[in-house]
Amino acid sequence: MRTVSVVLAGLLALAASPAWADAREDAKKQVEFGITVAQKGLWREAIYRWERATQLDPTYAAALNNLAIAYEHEGELAKARGAYEKALELEPDNALIKQNYELFREINDRATRKDSQ
Amino acid sequence: MTARLAKIVSSLAAVALSSACGGYSEISIETPIRATMDVSAFQRVFVAGFISGGSEDVDGNLETTRLLRSQLRTKSSLRVIDADSLPLQDVASEGRPAEQTPPAAVKDEKDLDAYSNLFANVEYWKKIGEEYQQPLIVTGTVLFTPHQRNSIVQREEEVYDSFGRRRVVPVRTYQERKGFILSPKFIFIDGRTGTVMHSTTAREEILYNANQATPALSSYFELMDRVIPSFLSTLSSQKIKGTRILLQ
Repeated sequence: MRTVSVVLAGLLALAASPAWADAREDAKKQVEFGITVAQKGLWREAIYRWERATQLDPTYAAALNNLAIAYEHEGELAKARGAYEKALELEPDNALIKQNYELFREINDRATRKDSQ
Repeated sequence: MTARLAKIVSSLAAVALSSACGGYSEISIETPIRATMDVSAFQRVFVAGFISGGSEDVDGNLETTRLLRSQLRTKSSLRVIDADSLPLQDVASEGRPAEQTPPAAVKDEKDLDAYSNLFANVEYWKKIGEEYQQPLIVTGTVLFTPHQRNSIVQREEEVYDSFGRRRVVPVRTYQERKGFILSPKFIFIDGRTGTVMHSTTAREEILYNANQATPALSSYFELMDRVIPSFLSTLSSQKIKGTRILLQ
């Protein structure tokens, strides 16, 4: 019985992995296109692409990182924080995401300074 | 076997190449920060002066008034009124019995508390507003105090073993550090009504090695440099330039 369960689980994983690989592949194309348009200053289009990438593959930390940067550029600081935090949950040791998040926090703290009345 | 080895080498090279040039790219961004206050009703701003104290080496009132005026002139759309700063310490003492007079020499936060009534004096600020054609009035307090902190700090030291090999080892040493704390409170008063519209406080500190002689005025400007962006973002929208890393 146990052997059957293990074999079934293995088969399920095998069946799911191509779908997952396809989703990541599609998401990657969206991310790459987003980078190209962001570099041309078309940030709204980049946001659309990176949001699409995170829908296709919600575990894609790079897409969430890029989305956070785009939100930052558009002044949507609450959304940027959310995206950075999700990206760091997925890849807590990614030094580049951490660096981006630290720079973001510096600006965000300034914008939402709590000691104002 | 050779084909397998070649495959491994080529995949390793691909990984190295993608992490070297394909995995990320730097991009410049400009983050807009909306102004905290709506100052659209005002065309003019009057930096009226500050109650200041702490170090005797820096005149916190004079320097802060001068610095804020020059920053507002270049970084806000409001017209800056050039007038003598107000004798706020005298105004705060007027009509008060001697035992309730605020201390002339401000040394700490407690001394500044005695001046809080001054900023709530609606009639006084309304009168000032009428005199200067109802501007936005900027005033407040500035405390700039010397500060000392002794602590254990870690630094790296080169050592050579008996074979002449160099090693860098962390060394913990006790260090005396001296510096300053800057605690400004900016109060924004509506020159039409004399009421406080908004206030904001900040606290910044800087420490140097005890043997480093840094002039107090230079430290004051270094600390004000950190405070100014937040002060300006109260009055006008700012765009903060920076760079971030896009990932693939």
